[in-house]
Formats: sequence, C-alpha cells, structure tokens
Amino acid sequence: MPDPVSARLQAPSRLGRTTPLQFTLLVAVGAALVFSFYDSGFSVWRFIEGLPNIWRLLTDMFPPDISRLSAVLLRLLETFQMAFVGTFVGVILSLPIAILATRTHSPNRFVYYSARTVVSFFRTIPDLIWALIFVVAVGLGPFAGTLALIVDTIGFCGRFFAEAMEEADEGPQEALRALGASRLDIIGSAVLPAAMPSMIATSLFSLEKATRSSVVLGIVGAGGIGMELEVAMNLFNYQQALTIILAIFILVLAVEQVGGKLRSRIIAGNA
Amino acid sequence: MQLHHRLQAETDMAVATHFATDHQPATIDLSVRGLTKRFGSMEILRDVSFSVAKGSVVALIGSNGAGKSTLLRCCLRLTEPDTGSVEILGTQLNGLKHSALAKTRAKVGFVFQKHNLSGRLSALSNVVHGVQSRFGGPLAWHQALAPRAVRDDAMEMLEHVGLAHRATSRADKLSGGQSQRVAIARALMQRPSIIFADEPVASLDPTAGEEVMALLISLARTRGVTVVFTTHNLRHALDYSERIIGLRAGCIAMDDRASSYSAETLRTFYA
Repeated sequence: MPDPVSARLQAPSRLGRTTPLQFTLLVAVGAALVFSFYDSGFSVWRFIEGLPNIWRLLTDMFPPDISRLSAVLLRLLETFQMAFVGTFVGVILSLPIAILATRTHSPNRFVYYSARTVVSFFRTIPDLIWALIFVVAVGLGPFAGTLALIVDTIGFCGRFFAEAMEEADEGPQEALRALGASRLDIIGSAVLPAAMPSMIATSLFSLEKATRSSVVLGIVGAGGIGMELEVAMNLFNYQQALTIILAIFILVLAVEQVGGKLRSRIIAGNA
Repeated sequence: MQLHHRLQAETDMAVATHFATDHQPATIDLSVRGLTKRFGSMEILRDVSFSVAKGSVVALIGSNGAGKSTLLRCCLRLTEPDTGSVEILGTQLNGLKHSALAKTRAKVGFVFQKHNLSGRLSALSNVVHGVQSRFGGPLAWHQALAPRAVRDDAMEMLEHVGLAHRATSRADKLSGGQSQRVAIARALMQRPSIIFADEPVASLDPTAGEEVMALLISLARTRGVTVVFTTHNLRHALDYSERIIGLRAGCIAMDDRASSYSAETLRTFYA
C-alpha cells in the first residue's frame, strides 16, 4: 500500500519567517493603534450611553416637515447643478493636465513632475478647504462651491486620467509612430480612444463624488442644500432637517444608480 | 570618406541590379550598412548589410530570435541600432531629428504582426489615421472629423482590401484577417514607397494568412511599392518574394533569388 501523501510530502509553514525588522514594525504598528484608540477617546460604553439621544433625535425628526418642500427642491437642483458644472469643467481641464502628468506623453521631466505636483496639491487639500478659500475670493453662494468642485475634480480626474493613458495599449501608438505621426496625433488617435472607457467611468464617479461633496459645501456658505440643512439643524427644526436629508439621499442615490449603470455599459463596451 | 561612399553606392547598385528582374540599373530604396544591435549582453544583429532595389519584394527568414523583427525595426529607427547606417529612399536616417525622421517614416508603411489598430475606433477611422503621414491634427484623428477627400480616400483603400462594407465596424470586432487587411489599408493610405511587414500573417489561420499575403503583395506590385517582409512560412517566401535573405544568429547567412531556392533547401536552413 503506497504511503499517504502527508507522509511523503511536508507542506511548507503557513507563514514565512518573521525577520527582526518585520517584528519591530508589527509591534510599532500595534502600539500606535493602542495609543490612537486611547487618544481619540474611543469608548463603546459612551456610545451605548448616547444611543437614547440618537433615538430622541430620530423621534423628533418624525414626521418630516414638507412645508418648505419647494424651496428644498430648488436648493437640491442647485446642488446638482453645482456638481454637474463643477465636474464638467473639471473633467475638461483635467485632460491637458493629465496628458502632461503621464510619464510616456509628457514633453519632458520638468513638465511631468510639475503637472504631477499640481494634481497632487489639488487632491490632497480637502474640498471644504477649497470652498472656504473660494468663499473669501468670490463671496458666498454656489459659484464658490462650483470652483471648489472644479479643483477637486482636477485633483481626482487628473490622476486617474493619467494612469489610464499610461496603461493604453502600446501597439496602436507604435503603428502611428512608425508612419510619422506627431506626439499629439498619437495621443488623439490611439491613447485617448484606448483610455476613453476608463476616463468616462472616472468622470461619472467624479460626478457622484461631487454631488456628495456639494451637499457639505453649503455648510461653509458655498451654495447648495447644505446651507438649508445647517440652518434647520441650528434652529432645532429636526422635522425639516429630515426632509432635507431624505432629499439629499434620493439625489445621491439617483446619481449613483445612473452613474453605475452607465459605467457598467461603458466597461462592457456597449456604449 | 567620399571614396568610401562612392564605393558603397556602386556596390549597392551592383547588388540591386543583380536582383532586379530585368537586369537594368536599379534605384536603391533601402540600404543597410554594418547594422549592429545588442540588448544587454545579447547581440541580436551583427554587422548586417544589404540593399533593396526599388519595386522588389524581399523576404527575411530565420528562426525565432534570429533578429528579423529587430532588423525591420532598426531600419525605421523604431529600435535604435547601436552602430551602422540605414538609408531609405535616399535619406540617411542616422542622426535625423524627430521631424525629419517622421518625414522619412511617412513614406514607409509598416504592417505589424498584431495589426496594432485602435480597437475602439471604426475600421474607417483606423484607415484615416494613415493620412497622418501627410498632415496631422484633430481632422486626422477620427473619420467623423476628417475632410471629405480623406474619408473618400480611406473608403477607397478599404474597398481595395475588400472591407468597404465593414467601414463602420469597430476594429476590435473584426476577425484577425480583416484587422490585418485594415492595417494594410492604413499603410496604403500613406501612399508609401516601401512597405515593411513584420510577420504579417503569423497570427492568422492558414486561409486568412494566404488571402492577406496575396492581397498585400498584389497591391504593392500594382503600385510599384517595394516590400520587405519577415516570415516563418517558407511557402510565402518562395511564392511571393523575388529575393530571400536568411538571418542566423543576427548575421546574414544566405541571400539570393527566391527562384534559386526550393522548400527543401530553405528547410535545411532552419535545421
């Protein structure tokens, strides 16, 4: 009778050997986590104690007050318009910046690193900070919010557009290079068509992101429905606040659903 | 130096005349002298020299890694040779700046093994790209933007390769044989004086391969275009070329009229 497999072969250890450096890093990360829990005041008990307050707030919110529904819907429309314009202009401006931020199509190293730095700068500063800056620059209202969304979209799309262009199939680009096409012609004829599905998907995701962001921007006076929500909460008008929250929920859900469906169609290549 | 050039020109003329079918003094379309290329420690091409007369069809054969594709690519500086010189249509390629190199490349059609079409664009748009050898800009990026004369020209090229009825089909929806025919139409759109074809039928089934090869050579002969193609198909080398150059380990190991070889002698070359 042949030996069972387990007798002939010894499986390798489940985990590789831990080096002293790996062990030190693991201990350091564990210690940082413990200190972070402590310093952030994390407490399950306090959360349980707060549950009745959440319940009270929820009961105060019902039934939703729809007396100012038309004003809320107008603000909601303004919120979507801010997101739509912010995304559209942001996507258009992202295109040239993204081309300059690709390793393969940037004219030189200096331009490449400069474009990358601009995109990183736009992305790392939160949209709320941009909104505060633009409120100071152009005053309260939706224009400040739209400008903030444009900058945020450039930071987001600039990076992902550049990555999509860098991943474009080299073959068609080489065919055009072989026939004497210019750098710009190669981008227009081979790179952009190949990167287009990814770029459209990124743009749609950006619109969803901008819709969510535009809700918050109103809190700093940069237009949109966020201003309505802030006023309602400050005046303890929780029933009206619930109406606004539900309206925001429906808008964000609708944009996500439509965006998701379009993205699936584009990725499948049916659009 | 002048003497060296004169001697070289005389040698080119003598060789090209030898291979020209009517034994009249021939014009040299391609002259390669002492071409060497290394990738790391691997020497792919070693002191390769040959010239090709205008209007002739030359087959390059050799086993995998013999340097056929690298030789074709070096002839157009798609891969930079380490040493040696290439002269195409009277223009010395060594040291040419980007724009001058593009002008020479514009006169050479390059058909790749993997077709290298922009998959998401239509067959017609891909053929329109061929016009980028003459002018660039957005008008040459897509069939919808192209001037009427260019669209008509591209349709005529598609007609020549029997694919006018698939003009609006996306390139990635075409069969391998159809894709290669579109690539040939794109090369013809350049109005080339020379066509380089790197294993143009290697990815096709035997029937499609035969059709594409016959089409490529017949279209080239009709237009008096010089063709240099690489192939592993000895039948194609014998049937479609006037001259066969055999590469072994980066060196020219055989070079004579196709009529002086039989399938058997070519097979022994691979042994």
